[in-house]
Amino acid sequence: MAVYLIRRLIQSALILLGVSFITFFLLYVLPADPVRQIAGRSATAETVENIRQQLGLDKPFIVQYARYLGALVQGDMGRSYLQKTEVAELIRSRLPATLLLMVGAIFCELVLGLSMGIIAALWRGRALDQTLMVASFVTVSAPQFVVSLLLLYVFAVKLGWFPIGGYGTFAHLVLPAVTLGILGSGWYSRMMRSSMIDVLRADYIRTARAKGLTRARVVLRHALPNAILPVIAMIGIDIGIFMGGIVVVESVFGWPGIGQLAWQAIQRVDIPIIMGVTLVSACAIVLGNLLADLIAPFIDPRIRLR
Amino acid sequence: MTLAEAMPVSGATVAPELVLRVEGLCVSARTEQGLKPLVQDLSFDLTKGETLAIAGESGSGKSITSLAIMGLLPQPAVRVTGGHIRFGGQDLTALSEPALRGVRGDRVAMIFQEPMTSLNPVMTVGTQLAEAIRAHEAVSRSEARKRAVEALRAVRLSEPERRMGQYPHELSGGMRQRVMIAMALALRPEVLIADEPTTALDVTVQREVLDLLRDLQAQLGTAIILITHDMGVVAEMATRVIVMRQGRQVETAPTTDIFDRPKAEYTRALLAAVPRMGQGAARPPVAGEAIARLDDVVVRYSLRGGLLGRVQQNVHAVEHVSFDIRKGETFALVGESGCGKSTIAKALVGLAPHQGRIEIGGQAMEGLDAAGLKAMRRKVQMVFQDPMAALNPRMRVGELIAEPLLIHGIGDAASQRAKAADLMARVGLEAAQFNRYPHEFSGGQRQRICIARALALQPDLIIADESVSALDVSVQARVLELLRTLQAEFGMSYLFISHDMAVVDNISDRVAVMYLGQIVELGSRTQIFDNPQHPYTRRLINAVPIPDPKQKRTTSPRASSEIPSPLHPPGQQPGRVLLRDIGDGHLVGTEI
Repeated sequence: MAVYLIRRLIQSALILLGVSFITFFLLYVLPADPVRQIAGRSATAETVENIRQQLGLDKPFIVQYARYLGALVQGDMGRSYLQKTEVAELIRSRLPATLLLMVGAIFCELVLGLSMGIIAALWRGRALDQTLMVASFVTVSAPQFVVSLLLLYVFAVKLGWFPIGGYGTFAHLVLPAVTLGILGSGWYSRMMRSSMIDVLRADYIRTARAKGLTRARVVLRHALPNAILPVIAMIGIDIGIFMGGIVVVESVFGWPGIGQLAWQAIQRVDIPIIMGVTLVSACAIVLGNLLADLIAPFIDPRIRLR
Repeated sequence: MTLAEAMPVSGATVAPELVLRVEGLCVSARTEQGLKPLVQDLSFDLTKGETLAIAGESGSGKSITSLAIMGLLPQPAVRVTGGHIRFGGQDLTALSEPALRGVRGDRVAMIFQEPMTSLNPVMTVGTQLAEAIRAHEAVSRSEARKRAVEALRAVRLSEPERRMGQYPHELSGGMRQRVMIAMALALRPEVLIADEPTTALDVTVQREVLDLLRDLQAQLGTAIILITHDMGVVAEMATRVIVMRQGRQVETAPTTDIFDRPKAEYTRALLAAVPRMGQGAARPPVAGEAIARLDDVVVRYSLRGGLLGRVQQNVHAVEHVSFDIRKGETFALVGESGCGKSTIAKALVGLAPHQGRIEIGGQAMEGLDAAGLKAMRRKVQMVFQDPMAALNPRMRVGELIAEPLLIHGIGDAASQRAKAADLMARVGLEAAQFNRYPHEFSGGQRQRICIARALALQPDLIIADESVSALDVSVQARVLELLRTLQAEFGMSYLFISHDMAVVDNISDRVAVMYLGQIVELGSRTQIFDNPQHPYTRRLINAVPIPDPKQKRTTSPRASSEIPSPLHPPGQQPGRVLLRDIGDGHLVGTEI
């Protein structure tokens, strides 16, 4: 187990190194010039050049990357070009909001997705199954901003059940979490359905029925733990997709998380913030996958971590 | 309310007590063409303590019948369309699902063919057993566990307390089937349906499971419905037999009558097709040159682990195996699962890294480059166990058969086509089927396609790895006949790998018996079958169920334990078996 963890941590470090390199490279080749953003339109060529030298952006790519990496391993993520604040500080102040939203959203995703998937599998081929699968298809293909705005309009503006935006109470959390939950649930329900259908065909389900167990016990105790395994692996991957969705949803609901921070930084080509948020997201994905892999052996004793 | 309490113990009752009566049972499947009958007008009675065998080949409806009795048909696609199943004053076909649930597992229990997949992999054995008890009796958790341990002890499983906490994957196939039996019999059902209970097991394990079933039946007085395709198992276990074919009852009679005086034409044909030991036609000894020679071949796999991926254990799949296959002979490798017989086949076609020396047609395989290996593979072709898995479902049969020619660049498209059509005719397929796909053929026909494909390159040696094991007996007999005819015609050699002693006795010239990666006995067919010397060979031969109810089997000593593992830590070697010639090339192993 310890050996396994060490191996995974080394792997994770390599992944993060790769992510940092690729992101840094993409930002370097990007035609948008961060210096222009800082200096403003009216700045003289001389000022622009000064700022460029100050920030070290005149150096060759590899030198810039080496400098960034050198600072990073010492825990220094740099300063925002525009706000002049430490990136680490910015992220630290906004991360709790995002984590809260993430937990809420994953909870909604699982509750919606798993129950839809299980019900569809049990009523396979009937009208209920078809309805649920069409619904899941809609949620998978609906654009995030449309769903956010729709929910916002109905439940906040028209009905007034929840605040229009902001952060602080549980009521503030509901709409953004449900939005992300609805969007993600489609994947889970489709996966859960097909996994469940496979498991329900298995010989050991027939054995369980031959014992005279009730249908509920056959489904919940025998089928579900077997069917949920691929879904758990998916939660790890899902955090990555989730990070994309959070940028839009946080902006729409005015949720002060790192998604909003990233959105602003991208508009202003604030490279240190973009790098910082990307690395934090990558960390989350790596940790999510590790967590999913660590949970799996508790459900399936055949899985051994090596 | 256990059965033992409810019933008088003495067997002095005049009329046998009726337990279950099936009357005019019809089961149909819903298809696009309307209802397709799977079982038609089946009737039988089952009395206390008897074993009724339902025998038949695939598609005969025997398994569907058992599922219908259990109320486990895959509804609504397949359902009972007529008749009654009377049990304990009720008609099972008319019961609601909750009422049926009360019967299932408690009064009518079932064990299935595949012990590997019939237990839930994520639940412990103990939980699964206790759950079956608690589903029907209001007992506490600890009481249920106590009864579960007793049930495990009753099926002679070693260390029952420890087994309770183990998961199915930690047990061997034989042990899992015992767990299934324990689960089925824990509540002392009046009827036990055993659907091919030993088909997936090795013969020596099959022997033990059959003995166990018989002993438990004698103790509990359970009536058993035994569903099987194996006439040997029928002869040993059953008091009465129903022979089924295509959903209909062909014949029903006491077991001895079925074997002595079969009335129906189909029953006669079925019995004639059953391979029996000691009935193979005498074949003149083959004394040709060696086509393939294995000299001290060793195949080991490493299991790695730890941070640096160091070798933790070695799998000693094949250990110091030497033999040769002569031109035109059929050399059989027999042994139980995991004995290394298939690994030898892989090594012979260059698919398993080995030590030692393998010669094909006088040329050593070691040190050949890719082109040399490819040329060598032309001389050796394989036919596998599952023809459906061995044929690409998206290729036409003609293309499949011609593919080896294409790979080795022999001839142009037209001549390849002609050759493929010719081969199809040789194996008994019609040229008109050239453009069909594998799924349009039956199991036996598919195996013929595989054989035709193996013949395409006119190899010196064909390796038949359990090639007839998955086929129904009547189909099996025809495929074996085809193999013999083709050998007479083309003169190639066979390496015939099988676990079925009766089939081996029928087809082979020489036989090698393998155990844990080593050959323990090697000799001509008569030497091995008429004069077996090694205790393992004897145990294998003794364990084969004989399709003759009058033949009393000599009880062999029960195996003391499971077959040991071929896993050893690095540096440690398994005990080596030395072969000694006791005359006329009959080699017998002694462990050193």
